[in-house]
Amino acid sequence: MSWGSLDNFLAMGGYGLYVWGSYLVTFALIVTELIVLARRKRNAIGRIR
Amino acid sequence: MSVNWFKYSSPQTFFPLAGRLALGFGALALVACAIGLYLGFFVAPTDAQQGESYRIIFIHVPAAWMSMFLYVVMAFWAGLGLAFNTRLSGMMASAIAPTGALFTFIALWTGSFWGKPTWGTWWVWDARLTSELILLFLYFGFMALQAAIDDPRRADKAGALLALVGVVNVPIIYFSVKWWNTLHQGASVSLTKSPTMATTMLTAMLIMTFGFWFYGIAAVLLRARCIMLERERGSDWAAQYARGYARTAA
Amino acid sequence: MIAALRCVIFRDLLLAARRNSDVLTVMLFFVIVVSLFPLGIGPEPKLLRTVAPGVLWVAALLASMLALNRMFAADHADGTLEQMMLGATPLGLVVAAKVFAHWLVTGLPLVLISPVLAIQFDLPRELFGVLVLSLALGTPVLSLIGAIGAALTLGLRGAGALLSLLVLPLYVPVLIIGAGAADAAASGLGGNAQLLLLGAMLIFAGAFAPWAAAAALRISVE
Repeated sequence: MSWGSLDNFLAMGGYGLYVWGSYLVTFALIVTELIVLARRKRNAIGRIR
Repeated sequence: MSVNWFKYSSPQTFFPLAGRLALGFGALALVACAIGLYLGFFVAPTDAQQGESYRIIFIHVPAAWMSMFLYVVMAFWAGLGLAFNTRLSGMMASAIAPTGALFTFIALWTGSFWGKPTWGTWWVWDARLTSELILLFLYFGFMALQAAIDDPRRADKAGALLALVGVVNVPIIYFSVKWWNTLHQGASVSLTKSPTMATTMLTAMLIMTFGFWFYGIAAVLLRARCIMLERERGSDWAAQYARGYARTAA
Repeated sequence: MIAALRCVIFRDLLLAARRNSDVLTVMLFFVIVVSLFPLGIGPEPKLLRTVAPGVLWVAALLASMLALNRMFAADHADGTLEQMMLGATPLGLVVAAKVFAHWLVTGLPLVLISPVLAIQFDLPRELFGVLVLSLALGTPVLSLIGAIGAALTLGLRGAGALLSLLVLPLYVPVLIIGAGAADAAASGLGGNAQLLLLGAMLIFAGAFAPWAAAAALRISVE
């Protein structure tokens, strides 16, 4: 599957909004979850000491 | 050689194991998702009917499968906790819920974004999307109930009962929604028939499923560690860990 | 043991009769909510006739959910609940008796006034039977499932809203099948399939919900 150019890849045949809207939100949510977990762990350790 | 099945049923022994497992599964998840996404975007061809919009499937379907799978796993740990009165089982169930809810939301969001170009609207009362929405409410109910109860043991047991009642209901909910949908289906598009997929698409989707599965395991184990540190903060091993953590962090 | 259960039912009915604001509030809520829908979606008769079963069902569902808190809260507050848990009668049966009394007080009135409200929506007379029967079979299921939620949230702050969040997803199949009965009858298919399914749900819920609620009570009152 060769896209030809970066522009073609980003455009996703006209469906760019939907495809990247899905992937970016998913990625953002997963990163958020990991950040929240890291912060939760730091707080938990802070509460112990 | 006799296996001690209960060796890891105490937070003290499970905590370091969970850490190592989380790291391992996290790494596996990254690898699987990298391979899956590469296959999905650079090997799988354009779909004849849906063009490029179908590529959302590589996160939509894995997220949906994981959302349902995690609910069942959550109910399993909950049931175990009720049956054997083990603290750790309850902690595992509580650890799973937010990740399960996250996957459910991702499934709904990506489903909506896939539906817009395919069916023309952001939301369709399709049997699967509707059931998924109710599953999100079930997750929220579980988390809300546990948040409302101060005593962790009562929270564990109450949540466990709710999860077990929920897991019995999930098939009933799915079938009733499916029936409701077929009775009311006036739409010309056959929403229940999924397109036959090219092998490369299927492979990419399956690898992404594994990627999401491994990520789910890692996230749940990380959260379980946090819960263990919170609940067992009076114990020696937790104090020792905190001291060691501060030393290495400093 | 039957005498003990009869005693539980009679006591609950007596208490409800003394505080009949409970019964009346639920019925009034039902009537008001049903009346709100035409105000919200417009008075066009054809539209109202189509949505009537669904609207009546949703309103009945919400009304019966309102009253769920009262199932165990009063007994929990004055210690009667603990006495019941320590008594000889199995807690599951006591719960079943309480749910039955609760339904008599909050569910049955809704079933009985639903034809009157159906007239408001100009529902064809032939569908009244299916609608009333669907509510008669469905509202006990709602009370049974609701009992589990009420038991789980016993004594918690914000129990009312939390109870709704817990119980509404579990209500969805009952709503779909219940409202679907009159809908199917309206479209000529006949509501028998849905009514039979409702009956099955009632038997299933009747068999399992009291025990789940009893387990929930033990968790909440330890």
